[in-house]
Formats: sequence, structure tokens, C-alpha cells
Amino acid sequence: MIENRPGLNILAHLVLILGVVLVALPVWVAFVASTRSATDFMSGTVPMWPGPHLVENYARMLDSGVSTSGTPPVARMMFNSLVMALSIAIGKIAISILSAFAIVYFRFPLRGLAFWCIFVTLMLPVEVRIVPTFQVVAGLGLLNSYAGLSVPLIASATATFLFRQVFLTMPDELVEAARIDGAGPMKFFRDILLPLSRTNMAALFVILFIYGWNQYLWPLLITTDAQYYTIVAGIKRMADAVDGLPQWHLVMATAVLAMLPPVAVVIGMQKLFVKGLVETEK
Amino acid sequence: MASIKLDNLGKIYPGGSRAVGGVKLDIADGEFIVLVGPSGCGKSTLLRMVAGLESITEGEVRIGDRVVNKVEPADRDIAMVFQNYALYPHMSVRQNLAYGLKNRRTPKAEITRRVDEAAAILQIGPFLDRKPRALSGGQRQRVAMGRAIVREPAAFLFDEPLSNLDAKLRVAMRLEIKDLQKRLRTTSIYVTHDQLEAMTLADRLVVLNAGQVEQIGTPLDVYRRPASTFVAGFIGSPAMNLIPARAVPHLPGSAHAAVIGIRPEDLVPDPDGPIEMQVGAIEELGAQRLVHGKVNGADVTIALPSHGELSDRLRLNAAPEALHRFDDKSGKRLD
Amino acid sequence: MKRTIFSNQLLPWLLLAPQLAITFIFFLWPAGQAIRQSFLREDAFGINTSFVGLANFRALLDSPEYLESVKVTAVFAVSVTVVSMGVALLLAVAVDRMLKSARVYTTLLVWPYAVAPAVAGILWWFIFNPTIGIMPYVLDVIGYDWNHVSSKTDAMILVVIASAWKQISYNFLFFVAGLQAIPASMREAAAIDGAGPVRRFFDITFPLLSPTTFFLLVINIVYAMFETFGVIDATTEGGPARATNIMVYKVYFDGFVGQNIGSSAAQSVVLMLLVITLTIIQFRWVEKKVEY
Repeated sequence: MIENRPGLNILAHLVLILGVVLVALPVWVAFVASTRSATDFMSGTVPMWPGPHLVENYARMLDSGVSTSGTPPVARMMFNSLVMALSIAIGKIAISILSAFAIVYFRFPLRGLAFWCIFVTLMLPVEVRIVPTFQVVAGLGLLNSYAGLSVPLIASATATFLFRQVFLTMPDELVEAARIDGAGPMKFFRDILLPLSRTNMAALFVILFIYGWNQYLWPLLITTDAQYYTIVAGIKRMADAVDGLPQWHLVMATAVLAMLPPVAVVIGMQKLFVKGLVETEK
Repeated sequence: MASIKLDNLGKIYPGGSRAVGGVKLDIADGEFIVLVGPSGCGKSTLLRMVAGLESITEGEVRIGDRVVNKVEPADRDIAMVFQNYALYPHMSVRQNLAYGLKNRRTPKAEITRRVDEAAAILQIGPFLDRKPRALSGGQRQRVAMGRAIVREPAAFLFDEPLSNLDAKLRVAMRLEIKDLQKRLRTTSIYVTHDQLEAMTLADRLVVLNAGQVEQIGTPLDVYRRPASTFVAGFIGSPAMNLIPARAVPHLPGSAHAAVIGIRPEDLVPDPDGPIEMQVGAIEELGAQRLVHGKVNGADVTIALPSHGELSDRLRLNAAPEALHRFDDKSGKRLD
Repeated sequence: MKRTIFSNQLLPWLLLAPQLAITFIFFLWPAGQAIRQSFLREDAFGINTSFVGLANFRALLDSPEYLESVKVTAVFAVSVTVVSMGVALLLAVAVDRMLKSARVYTTLLVWPYAVAPAVAGILWWFIFNPTIGIMPYVLDVIGYDWNHVSSKTDAMILVVIASAWKQISYNFLFFVAGLQAIPASMREAAAIDGAGPVRRFFDITFPLLSPTTFFLLVINIVYAMFETFGVIDATTEGGPARATNIMVYKVYFDGFVGQNIGSSAAQSVVLMLLVITLTIIQFRWVEKKVEY
């Protein structure tokens, strides 16, 4: 590039390697712990290399879980998380794209009001309205249900804004050509707008899936029936009950399992992930 | 002020592809050299090698008497004007001009003096306290040049500085740059893809093609005696006709050469002339008329004055000294 | 603005219906309830509720616990922001120098974003566990006795690290994008102007990065204040002795565990005002774009 300063390049590499190690450290430690047996922790020194119990521990967690913590087998929890994450991601994309379409391509009285109602949700994260939202959900009988887990989370504005941005940059000529071709609004939406929005939908899906999977507070509040526990919310319950009897290897196995799907999605779809992040912050 | 010597300069990228090869050029102190050629010919790479922004894999660059191959750009005593000006957007014009001097610990009084002087020469005095985004393209261009002038370097390096301006402004700025360089008499290397710019600005031109030097010479030299079919077709507008010799067997020298070059303005109507042209399309430019057609199957363009009638067939002639002969395989000039 | 539109009047409302319905039922109505509840107080038996005006808010201002929580939140938010942005900037600058290995490093540094805050908390909790964690082991060597169950500072450090760790990837990505947006010719011009790498960073790169920096500042503060509930709950639960009781956690604790609806609602309203302020700041900043 500009100058030839090999010293700085080496320093940069060192910094980056240090960064990667720092970032990977907790996961490595968790993985190591998850492959050990309960007795490995009693000795007072900490294991740094994986042990032989990988299959055994993971199988046990997926199958039967830690009975003393009141959590179901991890497989069940992962299933719940999957349903929740997919519902949130797909649900959000679906209603947001419809709303964005309505706002951009139509003129109607109170359009501004509708826009502001949606905008306002940006300023109301669930943490800020915990108690009353819980009361509403309880009142609707949605506790301990998949609907209760996902529906309250699918209306926030970021996805709508993203699609609105995308639609605003679509050339007007497309609508005009569609009109001349005799296509009404829904046909236009289905045949032209949707296909052109595919990459954005995919990018958003990645972000929303992660968002949905990693939900903590909400599932914690509204699921009292163990059958509906999600893995991310359930892990704390396990860690709690575990403090008396050190079953860290099992908790860590659960942690690794909890991380696996979203991390796999990010790494496997990195380009889409980055695009999704950058687009939603505009 | 200094002379610059490029001795067998070349660059090969780590992947093995060659950007520039075998460039030999002696630039006299105060000379204005223009590197010209199509996109990708290596002219910018060559300039950046002189600047120190690209590494040199073969040969030497000397600025003054110093070999500067391994010297950092900041220490080569050069100043550069970039295509997109590269002005620091968060600094005022004055700060932009002073930045290089500040880094070299020039005393404040001297900085002020040089900045004011450059501002006077370039007429950017009123803008000194504005930020670049408040300036027009032409004004930013002048500030970029001002940044180079205050450094009072051994050489100016210009990397297609006028490409981002509209046509009219380009013509005006071209004259300003030429005038400026004459006044300051700083050695300059200027890169452009526009052959007209090259012709009007250069003391000497270097025509580059695919990393190799095709010809070095004064603009008129290169125009009158192009060294190869590439240079012949590149310099001059409308372009020189390059006709296969067998299409014009009656012209002197066509027996030994493979390609005959004749400029459109050198083919004149002559009722007894040896060349017969089928007229195809006609472009009226106002000042002249371009007539496109075929001579024995070969495409030919001639330039004629805009008045008068035109028939389907024209008989043409060309003076012997207006004929250029080129070898077919090498493209090089014969004679 | 779009100049071509469809003329249907009913259709748009149908399209908007799902989102507006959910927004109303699960966002606007509860928010309104929170505001209403913040003006109420239940009596000791939970039978009668009475309107008490701004009494709940005044009680907050008088409550040393609440003020402590505000202070804790401030310390926490600033620490998380500084740590995660600082580390991310360093890594971004380092990656910027790389040509070939940039992709690999980016992949290796980006994935923590996918980890849930609660899981991050559990991981670091394990690393710092006083009996079996490796960090206390290492710290013991230099004579520091770590215990985040008893020491307030240690607890704060733990949650800050766990929260910042996760956010580094996000900041890293945006810093990298910001750095790439700076034209190479500007840095080359600075190099020719005699500025070495360090000087170039402070005179040119960092100032030109300021839109990104400010943007991330707001995002990080919002993250630290609102999205770290999982970290706190999974690790310290606001303790020891409320040392990590950030405002968001206190809202939950007072409302669900303490069953003090009025106070929790009042706290919610305060948080709402804070978010609104921060969001307005964020939108104002996004509008101020620097041109090159």
C-alpha cells in the first residue's frame, strides 16, 4: 500500500490474533467444559483441553436434561426456540413488507398517523413496558404458548423502515409499466416488488432469526410451563439450580447448543448478515 | 526544481502480471512531461511509482541525483494532485494548504507567506477559510494545486486532475495549468487519457500502451511521425486512417509496407487522383465535414470543408510526405 | 417522494391492519397502561388502588435505591461503550491494513454478535467463577483475589466484560465500513504531506470516522441500557447488594418480584423518556452526513 513498514504489519497481525483469541476464549472454555465429567471440576484446577465425554454429555442434555433444575430435555427447548425464532423472523418480515408497501405506494388519509404509530414502536423496547405487556398477554390467555412467545415481538418498526427504504429507491417506472400492463396493486406486489426484494428479505431473515432465538426476558416472563421453555431463557434456570451441585459440564454443553444455530447462521450467511446489519441501521 | 530520470523502470505484480516494463525517460529540469494512453496502459501506475505509492520491481527512479526507489513519498520532495483532489474535508482551505508544511515543521511565518502567495497565484484568496464542500469543482481543483505549490517541491505529479470537470471547465483549467507551470518552472509529470490534453500541455509526450512505451517526443513530432500504428491511431482527432496497403496499390511505397497511414485532412479531392472512394455516411460538424466511406473495401474517413456538393464517388489524392508506412506484424513505422 | 401510487383507499388499510393491530395491542396499549399505572398506588393489601399524581415519580427521586440504580446504569453504560468501542476500533484499524487476510479475520471476529447476552453472561460467569474459573486462577498468580459474588467491583467488571464482549463484533463491522469509506487518495495525500501512520490516524482517519463513531456511541448506550437484561439476570441478578442493578433490571425486579406496580410503571415511564431522547438524537445524527 503506501509505505513499507513491516513492523506495523506484524503489530496489526498480533493485535488481530489477540482479538480473535479474546473473542473465542469463552466459547473455547465452554466447549472444553462441556466435554468433561463432573469430577473434573472438583479438583480445583481448570481443564483447558477437551475431554472424552463429548457425545455422552450432549446426548444426555438433549435427551433428559438436568432433572433437578426443572428444565425439560434440551432438545425440547431447542425446538421451542426454533419455533419462536422462525415465527418471529417470518412474521416480522411478512407484516412489515405489507405495511411498507401500503405506506409507500398508496395515499390515504391518516397515512402519516399510521406511519408514526409504527415509528413509535422503535422507542418502546419490551424492557420498557414489561409489566403492562405481560398483563395484556396474560389477559388474552397467551401465556405458555407459541403465539404468546412470538406475536408480541413481531410488530417493531426496523423491518418496516428497511422495506420502506428499499421501496423508495425502486424506480417509479416499474409501477407505470405495471399499470400499462394491466396489473393491479397486489399483482404488482407479488410479481414485481417481492422478487426484487428477495435479497433484503434474506438479509433481514438472518438478523431477525438471531434476534428471535436470543430472546431472553420475554420468554422468561411468559412461560411457566416447562414444556415451553426456550433454550436461551432456560439456561439460566439450569445454571441456578446447578450451583449447589456443580454440573457445569452439562450447563456448558447447553450453552454451546444454545449458541450453535445463530452462530452457524451468521457464519454461513455472513454476507447477508452484514448486509442486514448495515441496512437496518440506516 | 530537479531533473527526473527513469531508468528501465518496471513493475510486476505478485501474481505475475506486468503493469509497466522497460521505461527509459530523462526528464529535464523544468520540463512538462505528459504520460498518455488508454485506460489500463500503466500510466497511473508509472506515476505512482515515481511518487512512491507503488513499489518498484525493476529499474531505478532518480530525482535530482538521488536514487529514490526505497525512499518514502514524503521524503522524495514531490507533490501530487489527485484525480478526486483528496482535499481534507474537515479542514479549511488554509489548513489544507498548510498541512504538509506543518508536518515538516516549517516556521509559522513561512507557512503564512507561502499559503498567501499560492492563494494569490491561484486566486483562491476569498476561500481560504471555507471548507472544501463549500467549493465548486474548479475551485477544489485549484486548492489541490495550491497544496502542491506551497510545498515548493522538486516535481509536480498530476494524476488525471481534470477528468472530473465538465468539458468547458477542462479547457479553461488546461490553460491555467500550462500557464502556471511555465511561471513556476517546476518539473512536472502529468497523466491523462485525453490525447488532446496531452498535445496541448506537453513539452514532450510519452505514449504508453499495455505497460510499454510506444513513443517519446514533442507533440508535433509524435503527430507528424508516429512511431507505430498504435500511436498513429491514438494521437490526432479524427483518427488517422490505417489502410491495408493492398487497398491502395497506386500509392508510393505500398509495395513494401503492409499498412499505410493517412490523416483524414491529408486526403484531398483530385479528379485525377489514384484513390477512388465510395461515400457512405457524412457527419456535418459545422467547421468541417467528415465523410466516411470505403476504398477498395477498406474503411476510410476524410475531412472536407463543409460547403459544396458531394457525389457518391470521390477521387482523392495525398501528398507523398503525408503518407506513413507501417509494418504489418510489429505495427512499427517503416522509414 | 414517490410520484406513482395506486388509488385504492381500502387496500392500504387492509395491508397495514396486522402491524397496526399488533402495535396497538402489544405496544401502544401497554405503554399507555404503564403511564396510567405510574400515577396509581396500591394499598398494602393490594385491594384498593388510588390516584396519587406524581407521587410515584417523586418517590423515585427520593429513593436512594433508585438514584443508586441510575448511577450504576451510567457507570455500566459508559464502561461497556468505551470498552467495546475501543477494542473494536483497534481491531478495525488493524484489519484495515490487511489485504488478503481481512476476510478471514472478519469472519473470526464477527460471530459473537449471534450469541445471546444471557449466554454471554453465563460463559463469562463460568470463566470468572471463583472456584473453577480460569481467570481467578490467573489473577491469583498476581495476587488478586477475585470473587464477583461478594465484591461489588468484581461483579460490575464481570457484567461489563460480558456485555462488551458481545458488542465488539457489531462495532467492529461498522468501524470497518467507516474506514473503507475513506478514500485511499486522502491517506496517500496525507502521506505525501509528510504524515506518518500515527499522525495520519489522528489528523485524518479519526476525524473522518466521526459520523460512524457518534452513531455507534448512541447505539452502544442504548444497547448497554436496554439489551443487557439477559446478562444481568443470568449472572449477578442485580447484586451483590444491588451493585449491578441497572435501571432496566430494577423495573423488572420491582414489578415482578417486588409486585410494586406503581413504582415499576413510573420507572418504565422514565426509561421511555430516555429511549425517546436517545432515538431522537440518533435520527438527528443520521441526517448529518459528512460529504467528501
